[in-house]
Amino acid sequence: MGSTKISWMIGGAQGTGVDSSANVFSRAAAIYGLNVFGKREYYSNIKGEHSYFSVVISDGPVRSTMDEVHLLATFDSETVVRHAWEVMGGGGIIYDSMAVNEKITSIPTLEKPVLERIQMRLSREGVGETVGDVLEVARRGGVRLYPIPYMELLKKVGELTGEQQLSALSRMTNTIAVGVSLSLLSIPMNHLETALSQVFRAKAKVVKSNVLAAEVASEYVKNHFASDFPYRVEPRAKTKKLFISGTSAVALGKIVAGCRFQTYYPITPASDESVYLEDHQVFDIYHEYPHLKEVEELNGHGSIVVVQTEDEIAAINMVSGAALAGARASTATSGPGFDLMAEGLGWAGMNEVPVVVTLYQRGGPSTGLPTRHEQGELLFSIFGGHGEFPRLVLASGDIEEAFYDVARAFNYAERYQTPVVHILDKALANSNMTVDVFDPSKIRIDRGKLITSWDTSLGTYKRFKFTEDGISYRTVFGTENGIFWNTGDEHDELGHITEEPSLRDRMMEKRMKKLEIADAEIPDSERVILHGDYDAPYLILSWGSTKGAIIDAIEYLASEGLRFAFAQVKLVNPFPTRFLQNLMTQYRKLIVVEQNFTGQFALLLRAKTGVQADHLIVKYNGRPFSFSEIRDGLKEAVIHGSPRIVKRSGG
Amino acid sequence: MTVRLSVVSYRTPVHNDWCPGCGDFGILSSVQMALADLQIPPHQVAVFSGIGCSGKTPHYINAFGIHTLHGRVLPFALGAKLANPSLTVLAVGGDGDGLGIGAGHFVNTGRRNVDITYIVFDNGVYGLTKGQASPTLARGLKTKSLPKPNINDAINPIAIAVAAGYTFIARGYAYDTKHLKELIKMGIQHRGSAFINVLQPCPTYNDITTKEWYAGEDRVVEGKPLPRIYKLEDEGYDGEVKSADFDEMNAKKIQAITKSFEWGDRIPVGVFYRNNFIPSYEDRITENIKDYYSNPPAKQAIASADGRTIVSIDDILKEFLV
Ligand SMILES: Cc1ncc(C[n+]2csc(CCOP(=O)(O)OP(=O)(O)O)c2C)c(N)n1
Ligand code: SF4
Ligand SMILES: [Mg+2]
Repeated sequence: MGSTKISWMIGGAQGTGVDSSANVFSRAAAIYGLNVFGKREYYSNIKGEHSYFSVVISDGPVRSTMDEVHLLATFDSETVVRHAWEVMGGGGIIYDSMAVNEKITSIPTLEKPVLERIQMRLSREGVGETVGDVLEVARRGGVRLYPIPYMELLKKVGELTGEQQLSALSRMTNTIAVGVSLSLLSIPMNHLETALSQVFRAKAKVVKSNVLAAEVASEYVKNHFASDFPYRVEPRAKTKKLFISGTSAVALGKIVAGCRFQTYYPITPASDESVYLEDHQVFDIYHEYPHLKEVEELNGHGSIVVVQTEDEIAAINMVSGAALAGARASTATSGPGFDLMAEGLGWAGMNEVPVVVTLYQRGGPSTGLPTRHEQGELLFSIFGGHGEFPRLVLASGDIEEAFYDVARAFNYAERYQTPVVHILDKALANSNMTVDVFDPSKIRIDRGKLITSWDTSLGTYKRFKFTEDGISYRTVFGTENGIFWNTGDEHDELGHITEEPSLRDRMMEKRMKKLEIADAEIPDSERVILHGDYDAPYLILSWGSTKGAIIDAIEYLASEGLRFAFAQVKLVNPFPTRFLQNLMTQYRKLIVVEQNFTGQFALLLRAKTGVQADHLIVKYNGRPFSFSEIRDGLKEAVIHGSPRIVKRSGG
Repeated sequence: MTVRLSVVSYRTPVHNDWCPGCGDFGILSSVQMALADLQIPPHQVAVFSGIGCSGKTPHYINAFGIHTLHGRVLPFALGAKLANPSLTVLAVGGDGDGLGIGAGHFVNTGRRNVDITYIVFDNGVYGLTKGQASPTLARGLKTKSLPKPNINDAINPIAIAVAAGYTFIARGYAYDTKHLKELIKMGIQHRGSAFINVLQPCPTYNDITTKEWYAGEDRVVEGKPLPRIYKLEDEGYDGEVKSADFDEMNAKKIQAITKSFEWGDRIPVGVFYRNNFIPSYEDRITENIKDYYSNPPAKQAIASADGRTIVSIDDILKEFLV
């Protein structure tokens, strides 16, 4: 059964409520029963710069955004000027009818190259340089125009609510834009009210006046553009869902997985996770396990300590300290912070400490594109740091996976007593989507060879005792007869410094052995997920948050008769070498998709398997792949045979 | 059965490779004596260190011993203490370690007042890397292995500790183990961050602030050397804050800073500042997590016997349900 997707976009200056209006719109659609995927694009700025939300609503699954916009909602000139070009023929633009005469050169936040590009297009069309001219070009391309007299409508809201102050009223401009959007899309207004009360929790007065504003907007649409907009989508069966962001999902995953100590140094986009955790520091414990004394002692609630450290060096090392004391502990960061953690990660590897680093990649290098997306740290997360030590690197493909993967990351860390990098990215962190309600009962907690006491009749406790699988029993601080030493120096079984060559060899082999064991033990199904058409002639290989756009694209292309299989690699270290080697022989062409310049995954694939991918689809402009780009890129690969395809869309 | 713990209980058979005559020996035995005096069982103690000659200390102590990274001893120690506040946590390290590469952690630890004791081995040099100038070496001095006199000024660790917010601040001398032991005991018993700067002669690389110099052997009066080091308590100095009064705290801080600049002919050791009126970080956590002390991160059950999570997120999920 085919599904309908409608793409909606809202933009405006940062700090003017674009975020909350996108949230309200998305929730209203989700409460109505539609699936929603929304991504947020913003500048590294607090107030004034342009930001926008791109949302896709559908009666079927939706996992990515698309380049083509069906309905663009604006309340400032800049959004019209920047995004009118993305609206497809037949689509619509909602805009302020008062702003049409504004000159595009008078928009101060429009970067020069953007302005020049637009000026060129306008002159090619033989029109002037006002907002109205931009709209005229769109109209010529078949776009419907929905002029809204925001000022007039706000005054009406003022009369109805008794609110006289213009500044208070103008805060409802974006609600009017949302109200107009929902009306055009025929999404019932009562869902908006529920959405508003969820977003503006406990602020009843705000909710009430915003509902009024939306009603005024809806009334206006009925009178002026009744049943004019050609696109609409209705929900199939309504089931309970979550509408949630990546950072919140990971935070919940940590609570459920037993993480009880989290550190962070503020950085975009990682800190949202830690702030959420701190806000939900105390949480409920099931009462079904009264037979366990330890659970009873919790008296119905657990808690997590969240520490904002002085830097990321402190963040990672504090986590090691807490893990040695026995807590499941983690830190969350982004590229620049992860750089600073390299030495600490190596120390944890050397001392076999289970730590989890949640790494949200963003545009690099250096400060790079601090609020934008990239997958530039695959190789660094696997190889970063001096010397060699085992680590597992787990990449989640979407928000739902990320929630469940957190527990896996902790299990790997404790089972193999080594650092785990849970690698995510800005696109996943800052998207919101409807997902099935999380089910913690699916999660298992495995603490590996953690012991709470040591029987001295077995001899002296040795933290780094040589064993068959390289994994030794692990005590924590406070364990009687379980004293151990750690050092970043090479050490003996007790943990004291040694430079003795044969001991060095054995210790190195002990540590690295754990990666071999992980490679042998962790089932393929946990490491690679196959999507699409298994019998297709082409195999796509990718990792991380590209998943959604790839699946959306191959579903679409199947309707055109182009068939693809897709291997989503989740555990990138240890690399699923044998599995992929076998798999790859069955396909005519291999296409790697990833968001970086150098094709890091393709490089790793070649290094590990000896196989060179036939096509590489990459993007590094800081904006995540859209469904449209993958759709077109795959065609370019298989029809035209281009070996390297670079995608460049996004505002 | 309670066995009385002696100094021997805190020793390990690990070969000690410090240079003969190194001040580190005195600090090591002061720590061991302090632990024995306080009768803290070895398994309830965690000793963290940085990198340097001083960094080897934990290997010589029978307690959980964590030899961390250069400059990073404090974050490790804080993480452990906050995960399990019932532990006795000591941090030790060099002056280069704590005041050079680790200076950011040194300052920020003062803001938190976590209940740990931090001992800096102040020898004026980077011992383990063969004698370069440390942040406490005064300008113009040329220790043995410096090619040129030092052109950096020295920092004042005591004054920085006061400004950073440490609530117990003392200076000891490595060769006066009886006195140093008492300072360490006070530091451990203090509820909050205790900082003890220890003057530690390095006979191998520091030929200026030597044992003989501290003892005043270069200035003999009536056939007797005139020692440079004197004890604050012997001269009636009182660094203790007696009430939560803001003005009194400030006066005591200024007194400590002023005293900390006394150097050269007379060098004070002892307690410069002590304030029991600042809540520890752990106490601050209990404002948000009421049962933090009884159910700290390291002690909380997280799974049922069959590995299921015991957390219920039904309530939290409400804000996301659509
Ligand atoms: C990141 C890093 N940089 C440099 C070093 C080399 N290093 C080892 S010990 C040391 C200095 C030690 O001096 P100090 O901290 O004063 O300790 P001491 O040896 O004097 O006790 C240095 C720079 C290192 N181990 N790590
Ligand atoms: S170099 Fe100095 S500090 Fe290091 S062990 Fe020798 S005497 Fe002690
Ligand atoms: Mg030193």
